[in-house]
Amino acid sequence: MSIFSRSGSRRRSPSFKKPTDDPLWLKLLLSILAIGFITVLLLLPLALVFQEAFARGISAFWAAIVEPDSLAAVRLSLTAAAIAVPLNTVFGIAAAWSIAKFDFPGKTFLVTLIDLPFSVSPVVSGLIYVLVFGMQGWLGPSLADHNIHILFALPGIVLATIFVTFPFVARELIPLMVDQGRDEEEAAATLGASGLDTFLRVTLPNIKWGLLYAVLLCNARALGEFGAVSVVSGHIRGVTNTMPLHVELLYNNYDYVGAFAVAALLAMLALVTLALKTLLEWRYADELAAAHRH
Amino acid sequence: MSAIGLKLTPFRTRHVLPGFSLSLGFTLFYLTGLVLIPLLALVLRPAGLGLDGFWSAIATPRVLASLRLSFGMALAAAAIDSAFGFIIAWVLVRYRFTGKALLNAVIDLPFALPTAVAGIALSTLYAPNGWIGSLLIAHGIKIAYTPWGVLVAMTFIGLPFTVRTLQPVLSELGLEIEEAAATLGATRLQTIARVVLPMLLPAILTGGAMAFARGAGEYGSIIFIAGNIPAVSEIAPLLIVTKLEQYDYAGASAIGVVMLAASFVMLLALNGLQSWAAKRR
Repeated sequence: MSIFSRSGSRRRSPSFKKPTDDPLWLKLLLSILAIGFITVLLLLPLALVFQEAFARGISAFWAAIVEPDSLAAVRLSLTAAAIAVPLNTVFGIAAAWSIAKFDFPGKTFLVTLIDLPFSVSPVVSGLIYVLVFGMQGWLGPSLADHNIHILFALPGIVLATIFVTFPFVARELIPLMVDQGRDEEEAAATLGASGLDTFLRVTLPNIKWGLLYAVLLCNARALGEFGAVSVVSGHIRGVTNTMPLHVELLYNNYDYVGAFAVAALLAMLALVTLALKTLLEWRYADELAAAHRH
Repeated sequence: MSAIGLKLTPFRTRHVLPGFSLSLGFTLFYLTGLVLIPLLALVLRPAGLGLDGFWSAIATPRVLASLRLSFGMALAAAAIDSAFGFIIAWVLVRYRFTGKALLNAVIDLPFALPTAVAGIALSTLYAPNGWIGSLLIAHGIKIAYTPWGVLVAMTFIGLPFTVRTLQPVLSELGLEIEEAAATLGATRLQTIARVVLPMLLPAILTGGAMAFARGAGEYGSIIFIAGNIPAVSEIAPLLIVTKLEQYDYAGASAIGVVMLAASFVMLLALNGLQSWAAKRR
């Protein structure tokens, strides 16, 4: 198999075989298993989304996208992400600044708490807001008295989106800023720079690619979140259905072309996200948190 | 805020850098308001039921079956993901072939693809008339609308965790120990099984635990393919949603608390695994 060459070997003498090279049969076996598994488990579903979306031609795909309820879903998803992502970005920067640049007791515990939303089931993430803002919840009755709608409306969707994307920016920036230390900022401060100047001119240039990386992933999750948003949205077609919820609604109504058309839109977004993420990992590997350097 | 500011004054005076009270204050405020208080609302809700009420909400055959399905299948999916995660990470780190970069990028697809999209795609793929389902049904195997559908969806969702946890550890692993094993007469397979695998054990367990935690809580990609037959292919998160739709807040919260407790245990286990891994390096 000529597509294989020895990993890490610069001398290419055909007779020399390093003791740490796998035998050819093992290379073939493991490669076939790896590629086969990825193809069946990951690539086939992706291919199927596009195949189904364009099964009736591009015009049917386009008609399903520009249908008013689909457009409303796109608008709602973009609105929710446009509120949730900047808020979590500000939070992530604040959390990383306090954790990476200062010492205080309970730091490790704080980092664990910030990570917590990632290990909570999406459905539980939605449920907790129902228990706070629902009619049987803590604030539900008094909110209803003042005619304020949190659940089954945009605020609830935004809250659920914030919860599930909560750790993205913080957990990328914390290790990155801990690695970079505080010498540069301290030098700037000693030389008389204001706090804002120090952040904008010293810290931000150092973390900008990591920040972009995190915002990219945060945004993808915000637009694609299903479980948490599903619990708080109320599923009102054209009003509180985000794109993933609209996919569910169309699919359950046997409108497969419509469901897969909106799904293809989300899949394209996922592919763009993956492409940009890979580009950042290649181009700016040294400026991302160590976990993403390949 | 002022209470926090006062308490932290002794620390602040030691710092050259500004913004400590502001950044930490905002962090704690945001974390408490959006995450901790809502989570407290969940933890406190079943307290109104009492221990007996809580137990009778959980100990119904339907709830127990859903918990068994969610956690049991998540364990099976984590095992499959750990095995293939090791193979994939090995191939991606140790071998060179054309298209490797693309294969590497594709691994993160389950992170990036919205779960509902994955759900309808897997469901269509494994349905009796789907691309894979039609091949399997010829051999009498049904995946979609059975508990096996749950397994397929959880395996899909969990794969990136195992691969991405193993990759950096594997590429940092020096070749010296493997060379020593080879010099001492070990065959290549013996070296991999008895030298490399034990060194990777913490990373394999960490990745597996992450895949397990994600799979047990997963909702979107599963509900389309599972068929959702009560006590057969109905996962615990779906039962929470069903109970909420029937305004059974207490029942939904009881399952929610069990799921949350499991998340806490997994988080603690992961922290323990990571400090173990750090010590072994």
